[in-house]
Amino acid sequence: MSKLSAAYYTLLTRWQTLTGNKYFWPVFMIAGLLFCIAASTFEFLDLYLQLILIYVGINIILTVSLNLINGYMGEFSVGHAGFMAIGAYVASLLTVHVFPPGDQNVLFPLAILAGGIGAALVGFLVAIPSFKTRGDYLAIVTLAFCMIVKSVLENIDAVGGPRGLLGMEKLTTLPWVFFWTALSVWVIRNLVYSNFGRGVLSIREDEIASDLMSVNTRQVKIIAFVVSSFFAGIAGGLFAHALQFINPRMFDILKSTDILIMVYLGGIASIAGSIIGAVVYTILLEILRPLGVWRMVLMPLMLVLLMIYRPRGIMGMKEIRLFMPLRDLVTEKLWRRKKKEAPDVSA
Amino acid sequence: MTYIFQQSLNALQLGSIYALIALGYTMVYGILTMINFAHGDLFMVGAFFCFLLAVYFHLSFVPVLLLSMLGVACLGVIIERLAYKPLRNAPRVSAIITALGVGLFLENFTLALSPYPKHIPPLLENTTWTFGTLSISSLQIIIIVLSLVLMLILDFIVQRTKAGMAMRAISWDKTIVPLMGVSVDKIISLTFAIGTGLGGAAGVMYGLAYPVIDPYMGIMVGWKAFICAVIGGIGNVRGAMIGGFILGAVEIMVGAFFPSTYRDFVAFTLLLILLIVRPYGILGKPQPQKV
Repeated sequence: MSKLSAAYYTLLTRWQTLTGNKYFWPVFMIAGLLFCIAASTFEFLDLYLQLILIYVGINIILTVSLNLINGYMGEFSVGHAGFMAIGAYVASLLTVHVFPPGDQNVLFPLAILAGGIGAALVGFLVAIPSFKTRGDYLAIVTLAFCMIVKSVLENIDAVGGPRGLLGMEKLTTLPWVFFWTALSVWVIRNLVYSNFGRGVLSIREDEIASDLMSVNTRQVKIIAFVVSSFFAGIAGGLFAHALQFINPRMFDILKSTDILIMVYLGGIASIAGSIIGAVVYTILLEILRPLGVWRMVLMPLMLVLLMIYRPRGIMGMKEIRLFMPLRDLVTEKLWRRKKKEAPDVSA
Repeated sequence: MTYIFQQSLNALQLGSIYALIALGYTMVYGILTMINFAHGDLFMVGAFFCFLLAVYFHLSFVPVLLLSMLGVACLGVIIERLAYKPLRNAPRVSAIITALGVGLFLENFTLALSPYPKHIPPLLENTTWTFGTLSISSLQIIIIVLSLVLMLILDFIVQRTKAGMAMRAISWDKTIVPLMGVSVDKIISLTFAIGTGLGGAAGVMYGLAYPVIDPYMGIMVGWKAFICAVIGGIGNVRGAMIGGFILGAVEIMVGAFFPSTYRDFVAFTLLLILLIVRPYGILGKPQPQKV
């Protein structure tokens, strides 16, 4: 017991010095938000840089939310672009056709929220086949879902069919992207380290065993899918209002592949990894732009090399301390020490 | 009536191409439990080989087919050796992501070399026989017969030869088989060679049937062939053939009786229903979960 309290104490002090103190996150958030507001009102960042930052934010939302299913829950969902499409279309239809043109800026968060809720409802439907099917078959279900969404959107003339939808105002600004990104990271980080998050992890490790340990696996799966698709929908809404034009082909399987690559580049089951993956991928693609077509040749090559030399991605299964609650840090520390004192022969 | 017969012929043609590609997916899956997402792009490379050989070397159909198959098979083995082999003990998903990366690489590399869609010249004299309102082209017959022959050869290899026995054994148990004196690496390379070679053959036939080819043609066809493999029960060679013909039939029939824009929608909805009824495919066996 004394050992534990000693470890707890050393960690507590180090934790406090590391992250400054309990004001670290609020100060960081407010500073970030102020920076974004300043950047978009005084335009000391040029519009191109702002657009890149907006894309980085959207990609972080997508990656973190997909990581909940693919990384923490251990399923292989390839239909994230489908949820994104639903969010994008719901939000854009609201801002283009429903909301009065005057109050767009005020109603914009509502539209985004509606897009997220629409995607979440569909995510609920997709979660149902995941009760029985797992692994590659669930991958097929989500893949088919993604293609069905695209096909349905192409066949509805009211939303523009294959021509797409335009007429959105440029409502996605840097502060809003910052807000939604921070919200999604915060929500998913808290979910993962909550009681519910333990359930998600236990499904990845062994579904039957977690069922026996009285984890309500169905409920956990539904919540995970709903939360993940909700944020994908939000990212879709932001994406539509940043680009001011959407068509069904933007949300096909290639977009899903992009998101998958960001997740596995950053590393599964890691919030920090998702953020790093999204930032690195988006910015690298922009930096390599002078190479023209060859950047699209170089990028997959780099991905393959990364996977060969670091199969778990940049941060696979690891988390930086900033995102970990103290309780988990202590457990990990104690576990490491125990392993060092009495090395497990069988391991 | 003749309309339906005509459409079934088209369905057979499309289905046999899907089946050939699906075989590559299912063979690799059976032996490595890895989804080779680069397979659709190897199919595209096969079509481009066909274009190269036909336009710049003026070869006739048979050498074009054989050389394309050989070329794609070599490419498949090289990819397996360089990209997948180091990952054999890594988590499964990193192998899948690597495969996606290899696929993207092939697409964009081809795009960088030839940015415009290419037109494959007709390699075979296409005669069309007409019976009343029904018209049958020799190309259709050749594609269907050729792919059936290739499938029969494959089935023979897998079921009757020693190498095929080794393949089946590896998919059964990877740890015991090397103890029996089977060289696992060689068999895996052989599987890749055969699977991707069939994909190359499918590329040539697709190029002859639908002569405009572009670097991104492999994506959609590849995913659809993957779906065929899953419908049949992934890892099962005969299942992949059945799945290919089913998806081909569904796509053509939906296109024949509904507006063709509904094709993907109906096809994938049917797939979802099938997976709900039979979650492990038509010929797949549910794997019992051990605790």
